[in-house]
Amino acid sequence: MKAIDQVSVTFTSRAANEGFARGVAACFAAQLDPTLDEVADIKTAVSEAVTNAIVHAYPDCLGQISLRLRLLDGGVLEIQVKDTGVGIPDVDRARTPLFTTGGEERSGMGFTIMESFMDGLKVRSTPGKGTAVTMRKRLSPRAGLAK
Amino acid sequence: MPITVTSRDGVLTIALSGEIDHQVARDMMDAITDAIAERLPARLVLDLSGVTFMDSSGIAVLLRARRQMSHTGGTVTVTAIPAQARRVLDAAGVGRLISFD
Repeated sequence: MKAIDQVSVTFTSRAANEGFARGVAACFAAQLDPTLDEVADIKTAVSEAVTNAIVHAYPDCLGQISLRLRLLDGGVLEIQVKDTGVGIPDVDRARTPLFTTGGEERSGMGFTIMESFMDGLKVRSTPGKGTAVTMRKRLSPRAGLAK
Repeated sequence: MPITVTSRDGVLTIALSGEIDHQVARDMMDAITDAIAERLPARLVLDLSGVTFMDSSGIAVLLRARRQMSHTGGTVTVTAIPAQARRVLDAAGVGRLISFD
């Protein structure tokens, strides 16, 4: 699908960049005049995906994470969070609620929350190569919709 | 550390504030753990009124506090939950695990 607008940023897998990624996504979505709930959902989903990359993709080192935001036809926001880290051996298992390899610091609810707050979620992962999480959300049409 | 601790009549109230994500969750967990271990309250109230953002890292913070309180038979109540945090808790279905006001 052709993008009406697109922004890509790449950042180091430091926890300090979780807030940065949330902010970038919220700013990009602003052109769709989202509701406060929609902004909150977008920020939460981005936070989950970026945290997964920071914690799991690069467990023992720093790596690069790219965040690509696209505005598609019909007021659809597409968010892709991609890393070149260790990959996920079993994506279905990783998406199971409460499953985590992150110890008691993690709740195992990241994918569940992304699925709940977005309209669609795709996870592509190759062990040793990296993971791409792509989410889409159709925002409610409002008067200020970007043309 | 954005937590405020008050203790009264066996009730320990910890007010959390700011954005609770993976970056701050570990320090927040440690501060809560210390506050509980120091006072061993019968009841813990976690006040989320000052929380401006929370992701699933916040759920782990709440569940760890609950687990620690359960070791001494204490109870945990989560109160003044802002709308965004409420949506996260609802999506994760943790209502069965934690008592909300």
